[in-house]
Amino acid sequence: MALQDIRAPTLGQALRPNIWDGVAFVLVIGALVLIVYGGEQTVVPLSTLDAAPVSLDPANLPLYALRTTMRMMLAIVCSIVFTFIYAALAAKSRRAGMVLIPLLDILQSVPILGFLTFTVVFFMNLFPGRVLGAELACVFAIFTSQAWNMTFSMYQSMRNVPKDLEEASQSFHLSGWQRFWRLDVPFAMPGLIWNTMMSMSGGWFFVVASEAITVGDTTVTLPGIGPYVAMAIKEQNLPAISYAMLTMFLVILAYDQLLFRPVVAWADKFRFEQTASASAPTSWMLDLFRRTRALRALTYPFATLNKAVSNLHIALPGGLKMRARSGPSSLIVDAVWFAVIFTGTGYAAWKVFAYLSTTLSPSDVFSAVGYGFITLARVIVLIALATLIWVPVGVWIGLRPKLAERIQPLAQFLAAFPANLAFPVFVVIIVRYGLNPNLWLSPLMILGTQWYILFNVIAGASAFPTDLREAAGSLHLKGWRWWTKVILPGIFPYYITGAITASGGSWNASIVAEVASWGDTHLMASGLGAYIATATEAGDFPRVVLGIAVMCILVTLFNRLLWRPLYAFGERRLRLG
Amino acid sequence: MLSASVVFASADQEKLMLELTTQTSLLDIRGVCRSFPKGSGEELLVLEKVDLTIHSGEIVGLLGRSGSGKSTLLRIIAGLIAPSSGNAKCRGETIVGPPNGVSMVFQSFALFPWLTVLQNVELGLEALGIDSTERRTRALAAIDLIGLDGFESAYPKELSGGMRQRVGFARALVVHPDLLLMDEPFSALDVLTAETLRTDLVDLWVEGRLPIKSVLMVTHNIEEAVLMCDRIIVFSSNPGRVAAEIKVDLPHPRNRLDPTFRQLVDSVYARMTQRAEPKMPTLDGIPGTSVGMVLDHVSSNVLSGLIETLAGPPYNGHADLPVLAGHLQLEADEIFHLGEALQVLRFAQLSEGDLMLTDAGKRFAHLETDARKKLFAEHLINYVPVMGLIHRVLDERPSHTAPAARFRNELEDYMSENYADETLKTIVSWGRYAELFAYDEQSELFSLENPH
Ligand SMILES: Nc1ncnc2c1ncn2[C@@H]1O[C@H](COP(=O)(O)OP(=O)(O)OP(=O)(O)O)[C@@H](O)[C@H]1O
Ligand SMILES: [Mg+2]
Repeated sequence: MALQDIRAPTLGQALRPNIWDGVAFVLVIGALVLIVYGGEQTVVPLSTLDAAPVSLDPANLPLYALRTTMRMMLAIVCSIVFTFIYAALAAKSRRAGMVLIPLLDILQSVPILGFLTFTVVFFMNLFPGRVLGAELACVFAIFTSQAWNMTFSMYQSMRNVPKDLEEASQSFHLSGWQRFWRLDVPFAMPGLIWNTMMSMSGGWFFVVASEAITVGDTTVTLPGIGPYVAMAIKEQNLPAISYAMLTMFLVILAYDQLLFRPVVAWADKFRFEQTASASAPTSWMLDLFRRTRALRALTYPFATLNKAVSNLHIALPGGLKMRARSGPSSLIVDAVWFAVIFTGTGYAAWKVFAYLSTTLSPSDVFSAVGYGFITLARVIVLIALATLIWVPVGVWIGLRPKLAERIQPLAQFLAAFPANLAFPVFVVIIVRYGLNPNLWLSPLMILGTQWYILFNVIAGASAFPTDLREAAGSLHLKGWRWWTKVILPGIFPYYITGAITASGGSWNASIVAEVASWGDTHLMASGLGAYIATATEAGDFPRVVLGIAVMCILVTLFNRLLWRPLYAFGERRLRLG
Repeated sequence: MLSASVVFASADQEKLMLELTTQTSLLDIRGVCRSFPKGSGEELLVLEKVDLTIHSGEIVGLLGRSGSGKSTLLRIIAGLIAPSSGNAKCRGETIVGPPNGVSMVFQSFALFPWLTVLQNVELGLEALGIDSTERRTRALAAIDLIGLDGFESAYPKELSGGMRQRVGFARALVVHPDLLLMDEPFSALDVLTAETLRTDLVDLWVEGRLPIKSVLMVTHNIEEAVLMCDRIIVFSSNPGRVAAEIKVDLPHPRNRLDPTFRQLVDSVYARMTQRAEPKMPTLDGIPGTSVGMVLDHVSSNVLSGLIETLAGPPYNGHADLPVLAGHLQLEADEIFHLGEALQVLRFAQLSEGDLMLTDAGKRFAHLETDARKKLFAEHLINYVPVMGLIHRVLDERPSHTAPAARFRNELEDYMSENYADETLKTIVSWGRYAELFAYDEQSELFSLENPH
């Protein structure tokens, strides 16, 4: 009967384990041991790193993979906590939102590797002589590559909570805290999970770069996959590179199967739809856990705790305020608040100017902007090329559901795969054939990000209504007309979503992609990415700041002037159904 | 079920009468006004000096045209928004924030899709801090009462619309509110489901099994109000005011075919059309002052269809609104919309619950498409001031084009942004049909079709 499902199993039943308990138990304990083991390694003194440098022995790879994965997981946890706090503040408090949201927009466009430069020094000083400082710096760098889009997604969801549910929770006297856990978080869940997965994929790209940190005279090499790859590249060791690729493949596969699929399958109930979907996502891992008895019983205390915490009567700034109009007192507070913001901004601007103007001249600014435009040109050309290639391919795949089902995970996997591993191939080819690095290093920027275009187009084409296709068929729309009148408008919103992600990723990647090396061969293209990378290596902080600032401005302008209007257009005119 | 409720009915009526005589007032609304800011920065008055008292033991219905502020009033009572002026008291206390002892059933159900039926029902109790055993008992009792047995662990998306609204009821009832607010609770359901739910609810009420003292429900449906309510409050629009109050003294269960029932329905229709009439003189006044006339969007196809129906048998140009609504399967509110649109265009006349074609309307019915368009265009220019304005502006400008913003701004001096949009949409669609002008959605530009 239905009632049985909702009552916790009685104790006698729960304690008798079944076979699935055995399997699940091993998995859980195994994970715990690995975490503890990995954690122990972080408190050793920094000097041990020099004593035992990264070795290319493949036997070390599992440990390296473990440490790298733990850093990423830790960063994801930090991102989630950050997301909850930041998004809640921005969504619930009008005054905080005024500052936090534009700030987030800018943070999103700051090149991630730029952060590294400043934070390494800070964290190393926080724990002098300990590996922990470097570990934290690395985790922080990964965090900065993951957090922003998650926060944005959460914020957007919180602002778009359906009005009737909001009123229902108010009229049933839910406290602000209860409302947050019962309404805001569940509603934001699907978007948040999707963005977490994207973030995890994106994080790999930067992990490889941020585990081996060189800032001026400070060089820290943490045991992990990143330094392993870096060393393999330096020593021109092809087998080592392929081992690293294999390891990454396995790691990505493992967390996809063990972590993300179960979460996605579980979170299906949070999708805000009034009808049940035909094909709900499934996960063998989740099924396994649902079949266990004892382990499930073990989770009840947590479920109870979770329930108790979310039911606490904590007063938070509630969503809707019951006020017909804002009184004069609130206007005064607003005025004070604006004054504080503008004073703070003015002070910061003056400080930055003072710092930069001692070492930099206007000509530096011009050259940085010039480099910026070179990189901008690269991004535009590459996105255009990727569009020309992947849109037809994506449409072709997307219109064949069977094929799409199989290709989709592959495209997602390719997006997760750190493109830096492919760099050596390009360097070798460029050197062998004496090609121009300015031209031929460019594709590296989009190597990892083009897949976003592909899988969004696939998704769009799969979602294209069959009746429209049939109508187009019966009207004998073919060739060019079919593309421009039928399918391209149909997939446009999806394409834009993919292209925005791809272009943002390409900007970020330029710092890594415009400088590539293989052994002693160093290739460099001129561009803003190379500019920042060089300045970082030289420990030239003013130029790093300048480069980052220019990139920030360009990316933000690019987003505001091109992508946002296109996106709005797509949403307004071309969204089907 | 039916025979049982008949037995209970008389006993309950007595209880009702008893309670009414003691005059325990649950809700007291005195001179409540509410306005919303308009696009132009001025205020749009939605509720004007509303007085309303609800006593223990009655079901009160709130009837009124779309946009007359019924939901706004309900939200004020639910403590979701504050009145601009006036006083709203629940059980003697001024309402600030959702009052205790009031719960609400939503038109859209407003169920949390990630919670099971049981969890949805328990939610309100959790917020009150009731401990888990009592919570479970009360929730199961409410689920049982409302006929959801066996669906406890289902998720809302697995349920049909009717079942979902039952969850909505159970969730509202489980907190044992004194006053139950319902905003068009049946309008998202199909006809049969809605009828089942209505009778179930009335039966439970009559049997005294609902843990509530009074109900206030908003509806568009006149028959529904007459079927369920002890008292019907008719709202007028622009701004919303209490226009009439009608007592329904029929015993439950009520029979829709009963002549007294029909008579009541007819009289409510008549009251509602009465309120529509005072609008007319302003139309006949100086044109231009009525640019602010709100036009609800009704497609020109529907209008022609309605004119044809009216002109043909059995109506022959004169129809009783309830009959016409039944024939066309429209709700009272929708038929008023259509009737009013025809009235604005002088193709028909509304009065005393009847809709009569004018001479122009009769002529229209017998014309060919092109001639119809011409007649329609003539009436648009003559009787819809804003149409005349647009036509004039387009004619006068050398480019024969004008941006929509030009007229939207003007409209927003008189009405809220939503209404201005709606009115503009109507203008575009009627103007296109009449071939008065062309409109480009991309550039939001009006242009003269054949400039001369
Ligand atoms: N939050 C708001 N801001 C601005 N205007 C509002 C707001 N809420 C309601 N209005 C306006 O108040 C008027 C009355 O709205 P309300 O929803 O109360 O009408 P209603 O009688 O419930 O209509 P319906 O029968 O269509 O539900 C409308 O003109 C609407 O545009
Ligand atoms: Mg309403």
